[in-house]
Amino acid sequence: MSTDNRTDALASAGRRTRLRWPRAWRSPLGIVGAVIAIAWVIVAFTASWWVPFEPNAQVLPRLQEPGVDTLLGTDGTGRDIFSRLMTGATVTIPLALMLVVAAMVIGTVVGAVAGYFGRWVDETLMRITDLVMAFPTVILAMVIAASLGPSLFNAVIAAIVVSWPQYARVTRSLVLGLRGQNYVIAGRLLGRSPLTSLTVDILPNIVGPMLVLATLDIGAAILLLSGLSFLGLGAQPPTAEWGSMISWAIQNFDAWWLGVFPGLAILTVVAAFNFLGDALRDILDPTGEVAHENQADRAASATGAAA
Amino acid sequence: MTTGTTSPAPARAGARRYRARSPLARYLVRRAGTSVLLLVGVTIVTFTLTNLVPGDPVSAALGEGAAQNPETREAFIRSRGLDQPFVVQYLLYMGNLLRGDLGTSLVTGRAVTTDLATAVPATVEIAIAAIVVSLAVSIVLGTLAAYRRGLVTDQVVRVVTLVGLSVPTFWLALVSFYIFFLQLRIAPGSGRISPSITPPPRVTGFYTIDYLLNGDGVGFLDAAAHLALPVLVLSLVTIGLLTRFIRTSVLEVLASDYVRAARAKGLSGARVVLDYVLRGASLPILTVVGVAFGALLSGTVLVESVFSWPGLGTYAYNSASNLDLPGIMGVGLVVGVIYLVINFVVDLLYGVLDPRVRLA
Repeated sequence: MSTDNRTDALASAGRRTRLRWPRAWRSPLGIVGAVIAIAWVIVAFTASWWVPFEPNAQVLPRLQEPGVDTLLGTDGTGRDIFSRLMTGATVTIPLALMLVVAAMVIGTVVGAVAGYFGRWVDETLMRITDLVMAFPTVILAMVIAASLGPSLFNAVIAAIVVSWPQYARVTRSLVLGLRGQNYVIAGRLLGRSPLTSLTVDILPNIVGPMLVLATLDIGAAILLLSGLSFLGLGAQPPTAEWGSMISWAIQNFDAWWLGVFPGLAILTVVAAFNFLGDALRDILDPTGEVAHENQADRAASATGAAA
Repeated sequence: MTTGTTSPAPARAGARRYRARSPLARYLVRRAGTSVLLLVGVTIVTFTLTNLVPGDPVSAALGEGAAQNPETREAFIRSRGLDQPFVVQYLLYMGNLLRGDLGTSLVTGRAVTTDLATAVPATVEIAIAAIVVSLAVSIVLGTLAAYRRGLVTDQVVRVVTLVGLSVPTFWLALVSFYIFFLQLRIAPGSGRISPSITPPPRVTGFYTIDYLLNGDGVGFLDAAAHLALPVLVLSLVTIGLLTRFIRTSVLEVLASDYVRAARAKGLSGARVVLDYVLRGASLPILTVVGVAFGALLSGTVLVESVFSWPGLGTYAYNSASNLDLPGIMGVGLVVGVIYLVINFVVDLLYGVLDPRVRLA
């Protein structure tokens, strides 16, 4: 009797914990992505305290191969690559997070206003969005960064300018679908102002897709920032930044370790955030691919029944 | 367009209203109209950016020495209309643009239009080859993943495409150049052709096609070999983009009744895939090709310089790293125009291929 009760309690406890366990964690790719991404974020906020060498100190023999004393070798001026690589995370990752948040806020506000108010507001805002999207991102970012003058700050500005339209587009289409819903109209009839209606009734429904988009966009932001630095329009020497480290590696083709490691750093961070975003999408974005998956499931069971 | 309706899908309602009396021509005109508007917008963007330049544009264009001379300075300001109001300056800029004057490159010392005339075909050649390669690969991968949904193949394809989207292309270009040229010596060196070979007479500007037109087999093979590595590197990102999308649209088609009917008829698997599934999925695929082309044009800027490919990308790289604004603006403008044209063509094809959607 008592044992039965205990197992029952255990089973229900087990079930409850499993239900609370977010679905993202059940996707192995999502877990891998989350672990690597968190590791890099920790590096990004702590690296300055534990890197073995000052990132810009020219203390070691030049062009030393990767080995025991210098983990990943040294560059053409005798700086430690491992230290520079870790310091590179403190430069790129916080900036990328910041710019994605900025782009998301701007894009969501623009898209929500356009979708909610419609008419000429919508037309004007969406034509501006179209205009920005009429250029491939890297090209427009390059043009803007060059006009503002090469610096990391201006590269971030350029990246924000090219990144917000996608949020505006998605938000607008979501708001267009939501604003005619009965509960939103009911809210308006209760006397809610457009602002309250947008924030209380509509916003909670677009947070999920926005988070997915933002997570996937962190990777794109890092690629864009390092690309601009590779072009010489972002971080200026001697800043330890991955893109510019790769750019300088072209000068020393024989020393493969100069360019390979910064590239791997970019690859792992971006892939981690992409894995994470991909796993999040399955959960938080019910309008996305999941709908097709369900449809395919139904078809599969139907064909199964027929066969 | 038809705002103010309370219908849940105002766009579709508008489409239905137009469809009754709208042949393709009407759609064409409207679409061309928006394209022209966007083009004007593109020039406003580039013009505004040109005027954003911090510092003294006169010294930037003339060089420090010449700018010291007040007479030269005065003449330059008047010839460029720099003393005019903003709107007049824009009209002057547009006038120059329409006459094909994009200024003089500070790097090459030639007219930007002259430089672009040789750079554009070089880049378009790469871009077209890359689109073909990535479409071929991603149709296979995407269909495979959709058919094996949830199985190992699907997971592997998912990982491969996600990694493909995460690789910094400029780094991949560097690594592949190092491995395949410097180490293995499989790939030919940088540039469009080997130094020992003479370029073909210019017909299309695409070296591979020009060699073929000229009946030069050796030249064609050499040009194609030089094309291979940059195209493969660039394709990786677009493969990532396209595969995900193709998988989704194939899944959608697989769920449809006509595919089930085709299977029930007892058609072979290959027939069903080729004639039913891929045909049904081809329209949604077409829409992302425009997006993929944009990604390619972005990619060329970062990749071409590594391979010393004399296209828009290398030109943009040289202009950007030397802060040559006329050059950068020229690239921005040309790429904006190319991108607009591509998306226009894609929309047109969509309208032509799908008789139901005349007004998307």
